Amino acid sequence: MARWNLLLVRAIPTLIVAFSLVSQAYAQDPKTLQIGITQYPANLHPNIESMVAKSYTLGFVQRPITAFDAAWKLVCLECETLPTIENGMAILEKTPEGADGIAVTFSIPKDAFWGDGTPITTSDVEFTFEVGKHPLSGTTAIETYRRIYRIDVHDDKRFTLHQDRRTFNYNQFNAVTILPDHLERPIFEKQPAEYKNRTLYDSDSTNPGLYSGPYRIVEAVRGSFILLERNVYWRGKKPYFDKIIIRSIENTSAMEANLLSGNIDMIAGELGLQLDQGIAFEKRHGDRFNVIYKSGLHYEHIDLNLQNPILADLRVRQALLYGIDRATISDQLFHGRQPVANSMISPHDRTYTKQPIIYAYNPEKAASLLDEAGWSILRKGIRHNDQGQSLRLELMSTAGDKTRELVQQVLQSQLRQIGVDIRIKNEAPRVFFGQTTRERKFTAMAMYAWVSSPELVPRTTLHSTQIPVPENNFSGQNYSTISIPELDNLIDQVESELDPDKRLPLWEKIQQIYTREIPVIPLFFRANTYILPKWLHGLEPTGHLDPSTLWVENWSRVQ
Amino acid sequence: MKGFLLTRGAQALLVILIMSFVIYSLIGLMPGDPIDQMISADPNMTSADATRLRALYGLDLPIHQRYWNWLSAALSGDLGYSRLFAKPVLEVLLPALKNSVMLLGLALFMSICIAIPIGTLAASKPRSVFDYGVNLFAFAGISIPSFWLALMLIILFSVILGVLPAGGIAQSDAGFWESMKYLILPAATLTIASVGGHARYVRAAMLEVLRQDYIRTARAKGAGAMRVVWRHALRNAMIPVVTIMALDFGTLFSGALITETIYSWPGMGKLIFDSVMGNDCNLALIALLFATTLTLVGSLLADICYAWLDPRITLGVSEQ
Repeated sequence: MARWNLLLVRAIPTLIVAFSLVSQAYAQDPKTLQIGITQYPANLHPNIESMVAKSYTLGFVQRPITAFDAAWKLVCLECETLPTIENGMAILEKTPEGADGIAVTFSIPKDAFWGDGTPITTSDVEFTFEVGKHPLSGTTAIETYRRIYRIDVHDDKRFTLHQDRRTFNYNQFNAVTILPDHLERPIFEKQPAEYKNRTLYDSDSTNPGLYSGPYRIVEAVRGSFILLERNVYWRGKKPYFDKIIIRSIENTSAMEANLLSGNIDMIAGELGLQLDQGIAFEKRHGDRFNVIYKSGLHYEHIDLNLQNPILADLRVRQALLYGIDRATISDQLFHGRQPVANSMISPHDRTYTKQPIIYAYNPEKAASLLDEAGWSILRKGIRHNDQGQSLRLELMSTAGDKTRELVQQVLQSQLRQIGVDIRIKNEAPRVFFGQTTRERKFTAMAMYAWVSSPELVPRTTLHSTQIPVPENNFSGQNYSTISIPELDNLIDQVESELDPDKRLPLWEKIQQIYTREIPVIPLFFRANTYILPKWLHGLEPTGHLDPSTLWVENWSRVQ
Repeated sequence: MKGFLLTRGAQALLVILIMSFVIYSLIGLMPGDPIDQMISADPNMTSADATRLRALYGLDLPIHQRYWNWLSAALSGDLGYSRLFAKPVLEVLLPALKNSVMLLGLALFMSICIAIPIGTLAASKPRSVFDYGVNLFAFAGISIPSFWLALMLIILFSVILGVLPAGGIAQSDAGFWESMKYLILPAATLTIASVGGHARYVRAAMLEVLRQDYIRTARAKGAGAMRVVWRHALRNAMIPVVTIMALDFGTLFSGALITETIYSWPGMGKLIFDSVMGNDCNLALIALLFATTLTLVGSLLADICYAWLDPRITLGVSEQ
């Protein structure tokens, strides 16, 4: 036994020393940045299927025509000047059918090249819109392309897009990334329906000619990492880092361990730790890293099923909102990092009104509203109406989301205090989103988040034509079934009003109706957690769908 | 032997056909489809876009028709494209398969190399300190959840000692040792998790065999303790162990989801999980059928091994 002990005592330190000697030291190359994200992009075509992991990765190597910057201002990325009516590059016109249309003229930057040295020209633009409009190409948001009924090419760099409708977002082409005509056209023309499967972005993703951003992809190992190197043909500011490695680490505990071990330098906010994990990490290791919380456009809310007779009564909906102490939840659970939502529009958005109806926590008022609504008989702490029906509501959400489950429990406890019996029922996300919300199978309340972009018109979520029913094959996302003609008109009007200042009163009315009618209980705007090394400078979280990587050339290492 | 192989081959084909229908139906009947995921990620998608994309990906067809379309194409050699990864199924599957075989093969090899000697020694000295030690180690290995073990190993070897990478896979230009470094922690996790079970099987089988008359006879004839154990007992003790290992052979190709996820190891477990959750029928189906086929092959190999280990066992011929 003594011999064994002696052996162990000697062997373990010897092994550790041997490991240390044999293993190469993980001396970080100061010109390499390693980033951890929680999801690997399933495919890499910029205009087919939208997903956060893909847009984050492609932000390093490709640029859409326009994007919202960190100040939520629309800017040109793959164009010289943003066309507006004021600068004369957007001109009101009539379509051949006589409808109101608009023509916008863009210029591709003169020194814009693909990574193989081929200049980016208007033929690339024509090809991009040809692919985008083709019904079989697999483009997700086809309306962005279909609204362009004609393209006038003036020269190699300048083109005009004629649009068949007149909407305020006439110069927004954030979802359109120019595709390389010289590489992709032969594949597309051979079989448009097979293009989504045969595109070089997925079959030859390291082809330098596919990329025009500051970096290009030089190696991609599915499910593990993507290696980027500087694109020598990049026209803009030379990026600081020679190499960037994006590592996909799904397990967030493993992600933290990777960060602490130096295997990665930072955790992306767009696809990283949840807020509570970030707060816990900051408490433990806040002295070694910069932890940034950026609240944005992930709108956490509870859809109310207005077909439920209990919730059809506005007084009950108001009582529910008065009975929830959202400010305390935000302070206690999220350390105030996740601001309370008063409506579906973020306070950071220019269209946010200063005068929505604010429902501050007021349990007394909630109780009196429920009394008024006929829920006045208390039995074992639960309200009943005079027919003996109890005030019981089902609160559904996605199973496995710890933060949501915690919020649900707090809501259940707070609403119990005003006599509402909340029954929590959670489902796997694909069941919840694929069936329960889409087919409106939630009986009372469904808690989840919407992601939006700045000044996004809530047509799909609030317009009466977007109520999912069997007749329209459950299309649309108006799950609460709100149907108010005035709201429909305002949505139509705000979309077609070109003057930004004139849109503001329309937005105000939309928010007032939203907060007055309460088809949805607004909860919070979720915050992204960025964990960055102290030496990284220049990274600006955006808080919206256009990722921080679109401005990677501003990132640098400063000791 | 030939008849036996033909019968087993026909049975395997039938099982695969039934499995293909069952798997396809189960995936197809799960609520939600990939278009729902696209809607939640893209606020610009309209209802018309969703309808068009469902038709484009064939998701608007009834499940039996989709299965029939797939089967007809598969029988003509076209395994189709992965919807999720926009690549031919085999192009996605083979790199993951290679990674899984490398990781799980190494772990299985290490597990067997450790389990057979310690299980045998523990059985040959029952109730000794070594036997208790092996039992303790075995139960610890079986009981410790692999995700916890993996995290502990990462913290020890990557965070504290800093000698091994915390996860991922080496770049293509990395040397052999650099590549192996990425394999050590996931392989160690899987080995520790499985060696206990294997050692227990070996020990139990060995204890059973060591009680047999022919072992007593061998000892009576003056054979040394080591010769009795390694030469006479081990071969017979291996029969139940081979069954377990044959089943493990199938898992070599279906991956280890938790370990692969924690170490970001791009293997089959993670691929199958992603394809099922992403409603990528083609990929999920082929990956699961591949694992099914390999499990059947493993079972067949086990039957052949029985005959080799014990000449009294014959294949395919029933004695009259």
